[in-house]
Formats: sequence, C-alpha cells, structure tokens
Amino acid sequence: MTRVIIKRIGVFVCHCGSNIKATVDTAAVVDAIQSDASVVHAAEYPYFCAEGGQQSIINAVHAHALDAVVVCACSPRMHEATFRKAATRAGLNPYFVEIANIREQNSWVHKNKEAATQKAVQLARAAIAKVKRAVPLFPGESAVTKRALVIGGGIAGIQSALDIAEAGFEVVLVERTPSIGGKMAQLDKTFPTLDCAACILTPKMVEAATHEHIVLHTYTEVEKVAGYVGNFSVTLRKRARNVDMQKCTGCGDCYAACPVKRIPNEFECGLSNRAAIYVPFAQAVPNVPVIDRERCAYFRSGKCGRCAEVCQPGAVNFTQEDEILTIECGIIVVATGYQLLSPDMFGELSYHDSADVITSLELERFMNAAGPTGGKLLRPSDKQVPRRVTFVQCVGSRDTTRGKPYCSKICCMYTAKHAIAIKEKYPDSDVEIFYIDVRTPGKNFDEFYRRAVEAYGVRYIKGQIGKVVTTGDKLHLQAVDMLEGRRYNTTTDLLVLATAIEPARGAKTLAQMLNTATDTNGFFSEAHPKLRPVESATAGVFLSGACHGPKDIPETVAQASAAAAKAIGVLVKPKLVTNPCIAQVNETQCNGCTICNAVCPYLALSRDGERGCTTVNAALCQGCGGCAAACPSGAVDLLGFSHAQIHAEVDALCLQPTTHANAAPIKHTNNAHGGTTDD
Amino acid sequence: MEFLYYPGCTLSTTAKILDKQARSIAAALDLSFTEIENWQCCGATFPLNADEIAPKLAAVRALIQARNQNKPLVTLCAACHHVMKQVNHQAKNDADFRTAITSYDADLFYAGEATVLHFMEVLRDYVGFDALRDLLEYPLKGRKIGAYYGCMLLRPSDVMGFDDAENPQIFEEYIRALGAVPVSYPMRNECCGGYRAPEDALGCANLVERIAKSAAGRGAETLITACPLCLYQMVEHSGGAVDVCYFTEILAEALGVDDDDDDSND
Repeated sequence: MTRVIIKRIGVFVCHCGSNIKATVDTAAVVDAIQSDASVVHAAEYPYFCAEGGQQSIINAVHAHALDAVVVCACSPRMHEATFRKAATRAGLNPYFVEIANIREQNSWVHKNKEAATQKAVQLARAAIAKVKRAVPLFPGESAVTKRALVIGGGIAGIQSALDIAEAGFEVVLVERTPSIGGKMAQLDKTFPTLDCAACILTPKMVEAATHEHIVLHTYTEVEKVAGYVGNFSVTLRKRARNVDMQKCTGCGDCYAACPVKRIPNEFECGLSNRAAIYVPFAQAVPNVPVIDRERCAYFRSGKCGRCAEVCQPGAVNFTQEDEILTIECGIIVVATGYQLLSPDMFGELSYHDSADVITSLELERFMNAAGPTGGKLLRPSDKQVPRRVTFVQCVGSRDTTRGKPYCSKICCMYTAKHAIAIKEKYPDSDVEIFYIDVRTPGKNFDEFYRRAVEAYGVRYIKGQIGKVVTTGDKLHLQAVDMLEGRRYNTTTDLLVLATAIEPARGAKTLAQMLNTATDTNGFFSEAHPKLRPVESATAGVFLSGACHGPKDIPETVAQASAAAAKAIGVLVKPKLVTNPCIAQVNETQCNGCTICNAVCPYLALSRDGERGCTTVNAALCQGCGGCAAACPSGAVDLLGFSHAQIHAEVDALCLQPTTHANAAPIKHTNNAHGGTTDD
Repeated sequence: MEFLYYPGCTLSTTAKILDKQARSIAAALDLSFTEIENWQCCGATFPLNADEIAPKLAAVRALIQARNQNKPLVTLCAACHHVMKQVNHQAKNDADFRTAITSYDADLFYAGEATVLHFMEVLRDYVGFDALRDLLEYPLKGRKIGAYYGCMLLRPSDVMGFDDAENPQIFEEYIRALGAVPVSYPMRNECCGGYRAPEDALGCANLVERIAKSAAGRGAETLITACPLCLYQMVEHSGGAVDVCYFTEILAEALGVDDDDDDSND
C-alpha cells in the first residue's frame, strides 16, 4: 500500500439545518480545529450532503490542494458513501474521507450547548488524527456465477425461481418433500377472493418444473454451504426416491399394489392414510412416487417388492442411493416457509383428548374437494356434519407464557374465510369465533371480515376458552365473554384451533449453514427492517416468504418477487466490487497461532501451510475486525481501521487538553430529537 | 436417601390414613423420612395479599429446617405442598418478602435455598416409576384408575413445577407403573370447590358431580387424589359415581404393605 503523507486537511462542519447547529456552536468548532497545523481549510455549511455542499467540498479540495477531508456531520451510515463519492470527483482516494459523527452521537443526545460544542471539537480532532494515518484503498473485484439457488418449493420459492428464470438466469430449486407446492397446495380457498388455491398454484408448479432455466430437485436437502456472494458452493443431498424419475409414467399402479397402507398421510395432516410408496397428492410435481423406506416392507424385511412387480416401465429401483450434488451459484434465496405450532401444549383445548378438536390446516383438508372427505365437512368422531362450529384464534399467538409473543398475522383472515366457507356450504350451521382482537389490515380484508359478520351472521366473541370437556358427542366449552364481562359456557360440535405460525423445522440449522442471522423467534432476519427487507445480513442471501415472518399469500408473492429482483441485481453484474476495508495480515509479525482463524465468523482466514502464517480470503472477509482485535501479536490490521488509526483517534480523544477547563461535565440525556437513525 | 417429612395438620387428624400409607411405603422403598421438629400448620392457603406475612412464617420455619439439614422437604397434602412451594418461591425471588420475614423474627433468614418435593415427585424422581414397577408384589392388573389432580398441585405451574397444568401426565404414569390402566378424563385438573364448601355446598356439589361423571363416563372405577380436601368433597358429593382414595392406597396395595384392616379414611 502506498503511504501518502497527509499534510493538507480540509474540515467541513455541517449544520444539518438545526439538527446540529441548535446544539453545537459550529463556528466555534471551525475556529477550534484550525489550531491543528495540518488543517489548512475549515468551513461550515447548512447541508454538506446537498449538491451545493458537495460542490463546496470539491471546490475546497482544488482551491486548497487538500489531500484529505474530514466531514463533521451525521453518522457514517447515512452519508459516508456520499462524501466518498464527492472526494472521488475531486480526485482524492475515497478512503481519505473521515466522518466525525456530531449528530447522532452528539447534538441529538445532548442538551448543554457548551459541552456539546466541546465534544464536537474532540470528535473532529479524533477524525483528523485518524485521517492523517489513512492509506489509499482500492476496491477489488470478484466474478459472479450466473446461477441462483432457491431453497424451498412453496409459493415463495416457486415465485422467486420463476422471476429469476424469466430474467434469463439458471435457477436450481430445492424442495425437501417429494413435491413442490408447500402449504398453499394444502389450502382449499384463498382470502379475500375465495379463489381455489390449487387452481392458481398448480399452473405455477408446472411452470416451475418445465421452465427451461429451472432445474428442480425435490426430496432434496441442503447439507453444506460454502463460498460467498457471487461464488457459493452448495452441497445437496438428493434422497433416494427408489423410483426412476425418467422411467416413471405416474400411472399409480405401484401405490395401489402396496400392501402397507395405513401410514398417516402428511399432506392430509394425518386425516387419511397413504401407502409406503406414494405421491403426496394428486397434483404433485413431479408426479413421481417415493418409497418411504422406514415403512416399506421391502426395506424393513426384504420381503415384498409388489410395487416393482406391477411397475410396467420398471421404474421402481430398490438399489437407488442418496445422491450428493454440488451446486455452484452466485446467490441464494431462502424460502423455507413456516409450520404450525403444535396445539398439544394447550391442554385446556383438549386437542390431545378429542378427535373433534382440529387445527385450521386440518379444516382446510376437510373443506377441500380433493381432501379426505371429498370436501364434506364431517366431524372426525362420528362422520356427521357439525351443526355448530367454533373457532379459537390466537392459539399460541400473542402468548408470552406458553406460545409466541408475536401475532401470526394470517389467522384472523383465514378464520373469517373458514367461517364464510362453512356458512356457504352449510347455511343452517352455526359459527362462533373466539378472538382477542380482529386484525384485518390489507386490501379488501376488513370488508371481507365484515361480510362474515353482516352477511353470514358469524358470531364473534371477544374472549378465550379456558376449558374444553368432551361429553358424549358434544364439546362443552368454558369460556369468557370479555365484552359482556361474564362467563360464557356453551357447547359445540367441532372446535377449530388457529395455532401460531413458527419457522419451519430446520430453519435454524440452515441459517447457521448460510452464516446468516435469525431473530429471537427463529425467523430469518432481514439486513434492515425498513430499507433492506428482503436481503439477509449475509451478502448474496435473500429472503422470500414466511421464513422471514408470518405472511399471507399476496405478501409472500410480493416479497418473493422483491427477493428475485434483488438477486437479479447481483446476477446481472459482470463483476462484484469488494469492500477494501478488510483484514490484512502482516506476515512478518504473524506466528501462525490461528487464534484469528477461530474467531472469524465468515471462515475467511486460514493458515498457509507453506509460509506458516494466516492468509485472508479477500472475497470472504466482511471487515468485522474480530481478527484484528483477537491477534495477540498485533499482526492483523483492518484496512481503513488500522491499529495506528484507532490508537491515534484514542490519543486525540484522551491526551488533548480540554478547551474549557471548567466546562460542565457532559450530561447524557435524551432530548426532543430522541431515537436513533435506525428508526 | 434421606428426607425431612412435613405431615401437616390434616394428616394428623382426618387424613391419618394418608400419613400411615406414606410411611409404610417409604419404609418399603428404603426412603428415610424424618418428621420435621415442632412443625406448625401451613395455613392451608397461600395468602395473595402482599402484606400478609405472618401466615407464611410456619412454612418459612419448616423450610429453614430443611435448608439447615440439607435434606429435601417432602409433603403429601396438596394444600401443604402448595403453600410450601409458593413460600419457597417467594423467598427465593422477592427481596421485600425476605426483609419482611426477618423483621418479624430476627432469627428468620431465608432465601429459598431448600428443595420442596411432593411424595409423588419423590416416587418419580428418586425411586423412579420403572424401578417402582419392579418392586410390586401385587400389580394392579386391569384396574381402571383415574387421576384426580385438583388444582393446588398444578397451579401456578411455573411455581409448582409439578407438571403441565392443562394436560398433566405424572399420575397417569404412576398408575401405569402400578400395572393398572390410567383413565384420562378432561375434568381431572378442575377444582373441587374446596374452600367454598362451607358457604356454597350446592355449588361444590355441582362441580364435584361433573368431575365424577366425567371420570365415570370414561370408564374410571377408582379415582386417586393427593388432596384431603378433594377426597372429602368427592366422598360427600360424587353420589357414588366412582370410588375415591388417596394415591398412596393403590401403591400400598401393590407393594403389599396395606396390612391394616382399617380402610376408613380417619
């Protein structure tokens, strides 16, 4: 790195309107910092970030032959990039720009103007000291593999895959179960339009399976993720179907012949049975059966093989083994979706005790023409149409003692949908819904809920059920009607529980493999809650659908397309620019102890066997600085934040005499501006 | 294994049989039970008023003995158990309460260090249901037995730490270990009316009748309980829908230590 001796520094103190100026005497700051011999120019301005402000910096660089710039303004997270660009336009290396944050860390949090002014001077001096030791840095480049990996084949993954494929990039779509389709494939109708879920989903499933740019791997799980944005290498385990995908015609003779028939069908929520060789549902994509090895008589005892006997094309293959695939890709879209919280932990609702207490997803299957009852709503206990159906919302949602603290978001709407669907099918039936609050924001959502109440006579009761007791063919409910302030004991024939949404099984493991964060509830975290909602904190990993939090279908599809757009934004780039602020190892000081290797969260450091010292993979390093702090011999520096620079900053803050010997101590109080930049 | 035993008033008067069966079982299982010295009545209810300190002092004194002797404190009566665990929890988590008890009596320094166990927890965690099964002389083959938990053993569940308050299993596992068939019924964790008995006998009778019918409806022949108050209410109001006895009775029978011909409850 070329060492440039920095002698001519310009300091620019921003007013940020009144944000800074009301609390900091900016003129006094300008005066004070000119005592430093290297500061050859200092100026103030209402908004340096504005075009006029930037131009004044560029003009000053030229007029005063500045070789570095210090801007005393807002957080570097706001405008560091702006001022670096301005410096570049002025002909400086952009890393000769230093920001002194005198807004978020000063004017916004202090009230005493004198003390805040003094602090601004100190922060400016620290930045000046740091920039004096700056070195020019140059971003690197890395190639981009023009292929996307989408993990999860529900509506979110399908939508993201289709959008990326339509843009002309190859997509590998991975699904853990034997068929794509996800939860949406299990639904009957969709709110608020009541169109059939399968009718709008199956064409997309077929499109995804047949798209020239999409390679589909079902019954496949992600085993390992290596690499970085532009250059991921992902290991997949394609589980053995024991049916040859090429030979199978999807005729169904095999599952008809299978003697093992009493296995609860997962797709039907266990409400009907399947064989040991099966397709999960009629419209499955691909329409190729799998053998459930744990249940298959052939795999358990070696005796059977009836499916192979009846298979005309000879597609059944008992010797097939799991296949390990390695996919090179530039970006990864996570679309792993959700699952429902088990109602077993809410014993008072008697899900464990009565067949007539069901979950909302089970009700979807009962109402679905392709479901176990052919679309007739029949009570599981006696196969009769229930005269009264009662719903409980928020089972485990907004429940900090036994469930989840968050609102599961979709239950109010799908419960209203269920109520309307039941009243449509069985107009004489009686539908009651227990709720905590009805939350229906969304296009045409509240109108839909009102329709349930006003046009269909569905009774909404604000309250919760404390106990469900089965006696004979009735469920006795002990509940409370909070609006009337009374105990409400009633009976019903069928009780439907809207249980909370939680992240899909394995989400946490996948997040660890991807080196990306999950929140306290296990959902994938976005990079910024407002401004980067579909990116994860890990470059090149994007979030699609309910893996990121409870979402309905329209919102899921919108996010899936947004994630695809962001992904395409990476894939179209010929090269990726890499951040030059990364770790650098001084080989003469490194003794190869590898302590830094262990602290690196990005696996960017490794010990070079030949030279015996640590080397940095520039493409993997994210510049967190953990290694620089961990290195016992001080051999690792973080470029842009070198030890020399940090020490100079600390010295500037700690060793300089205060400008006002008797200045009042700085009080840390929240002033009217409040908040942080992240809000 | 050595335990301190807190019998409580009821087990010294109307529920002597519960005390007697428990001691016989403990002897048969090599559990050393030492009756706590100079124990006083637990008060039978845990006062929820923050400033009611005096009624909790009896429990504090018992707990201090358990701490000082470094032995778990074992109770049988559901009410005693409830009060002991509640007071222990409060002493552990509420600094104001600790100050208040010391203000009452300068000798009372206590911060919830003792362990409180119900006899059922001793059977599960110290003997083990599997081990218990192997010790039976007369397994209760084919008997249909329902557990009647009542409310005080289970709630508040985070303090009692006994079992899932809404779908408890510990008594069912115990019944299964004794060779009988546990009969689960929805009302098994409902309140018997207990403390309301003197004021509202009819209301209690309704509650108990529903519980007994719920159990009988699922085929229970016998109900077991750990609570003298529940047992009293059941005997008074169940109308003979189902037999009721202490949970110790079936174990004493299965172990063959119920040699006493006096099968009354007093």
